Amino acid sequence: MISGPPNPGFEHLLRELTPQVLGAVMRRYRDFAASEDAVQEALIAAAEQWPRDGVPNNPRGWLIQVALRRMTDHVRSEIARRNREFELAQELPVVVAPAIYSEPQMDPEDTLVLLFMCCHPALTSASAVALTLRAVGGLATAEIAKAFLVPEATMAQRISRAKQNVKSSQIPFSLPEADERAERIGSVMHVLYLIFNEGYTASSGDSLQRTDLSVEAMRLTRLLHSALPENCEVTGLLALMLLTDARRAARTNLNGELIPLDEQDRSLWDRQMIEEGTALVTAAMARGPVGEYPLQAAIAALHDEATGVDSTDWPQILALYSVLKGMSGNPMVALNHAVATAMVHGPHAGLALLESIEKDERMSDTHRLDAVRAHLLERADDRDGASACYLAAAEKTTSLPERNYLMMRAARLRDPQP
Amino acid sequence: MKFMLMMNTPSGGEYQIMKWPQQDIQAHIAFMMGFTKKLRAAGELVGAEGLAPPSQAKRVRAGDDAKPITDGVFPEAKEFLAGYWIVDVNTPQRAYEIAAEASAAPGVGGKPMNMAIEVREVMSAPPNPK
Repeated sequence: MISGPPNPGFEHLLRELTPQVLGAVMRRYRDFAASEDAVQEALIAAAEQWPRDGVPNNPRGWLIQVALRRMTDHVRSEIARRNREFELAQELPVVVAPAIYSEPQMDPEDTLVLLFMCCHPALTSASAVALTLRAVGGLATAEIAKAFLVPEATMAQRISRAKQNVKSSQIPFSLPEADERAERIGSVMHVLYLIFNEGYTASSGDSLQRTDLSVEAMRLTRLLHSALPENCEVTGLLALMLLTDARRAARTNLNGELIPLDEQDRSLWDRQMIEEGTALVTAAMARGPVGEYPLQAAIAALHDEATGVDSTDWPQILALYSVLKGMSGNPMVALNHAVATAMVHGPHAGLALLESIEKDERMSDTHRLDAVRAHLLERADDRDGASACYLAAAEKTTSLPERNYLMMRAARLRDPQP
Repeated sequence: MKFMLMMNTPSGGEYQIMKWPQQDIQAHIAFMMGFTKKLRAAGELVGAEGLAPPSQAKRVRAGDDAKPITDGVFPEAKEFLAGYWIVDVNTPQRAYEIAAEASAAPGVGGKPMNMAIEVREVMSAPPNPK
């Protein structure tokens, strides 16, 4: 049953269907690692056959059937393997491959359950990121490897070890209990945010060759949001991603050099994303006390609404950072709070706040403290001090575009004034 | 045949480029980006990485208990690896040409730096473990 020529967007369709198909297969077999492999094989088969034969009328059913057939083969070969291993065939546990042509059971919560599995706290964040992109995002191992600039064999091994961990930690294919639910949603959000940031910070240089991780993170966060529309944190996270990514086109120039917020061409910002993000964060904030993601999103919205750095509502941003600072002991929040303080009360007030942040051990290896101090010293017209701090920050950062930016900032202050 | 082209930087302090005038830094970065892009377009580039400065470098050795012992200052080292390219070319001569082009990267005042690029042939792959 073929419905004409393939839709050029069928790859999106494949990726959209991935968690639903995997959920249906898991429901039958419960074996995550083998089910996931079977679904990947079905996706590969579809990518080969659909462009040639057209997209089937029921693409999801097609994928599920192919994946279930692969699972049946897998189970049969398992039986054969056990037959070889045990001398007496009658000692074998009875494994019956189910009929594969009946319409499999679907559950709208499958995607959510899969996200909880792949982002389980028992996994390292690198494993969780890779597994989520493959099992829920439907990306092929080669695509994930390319996005993280590691060899495909390395990524394949990382994914297979992650699946082994899911098995050995006996992570169940079910929604977490109510008492641990909030924490588990937190883990999922953390992984999605990591994926987003990986794409966002790498959005320069050879970005055209990389799978767009930010777009994928937003797509997965949308899935999470539609499964949990009432969850303010999830709504806030989606808003934060939209409001941040809206500035992408203005963030770098043609040479891949970073452009700071105050020098960006704001006409390049994506208005549609800003509108959607702002609406989401407004809705989340209206629902009562909120956590870190909606607060971060609210700050991003204030930046996005302003026509320039001078017309930005800094007092409001400072107020939001004060709330955030009280909520988390994260020194990066304290650093941003110091920047907002400088914008409201002058650079010296901001510099004074840096003294206490400096004592935090977690800040000793990061370049950000030096970079912020440099900015504030520049605002205070201390050119030599600022230049030295930009250089110190350039020495510490491991991001090439950022190092180049900081180095140029230092050079600009060192060069004779025109 | 594959070659690794290594760019070294004198030890002590930060990379020299950190203290250059703005337009020289810009020209150098543009050259390096264009150079790598050209190698990739020619199908000769296998990989290239720039390394974080020596101030962050650690030297690691296993102690008697096999735990890592690190130290971070290397006063005896004259040079540090700053970055490398791996190219796949037909002849050593082509690798030397590429190295010479990298060596002439613009420095202060746009003058070619003519820095030494160490060229080493990469040994062929070990037998496939499968």
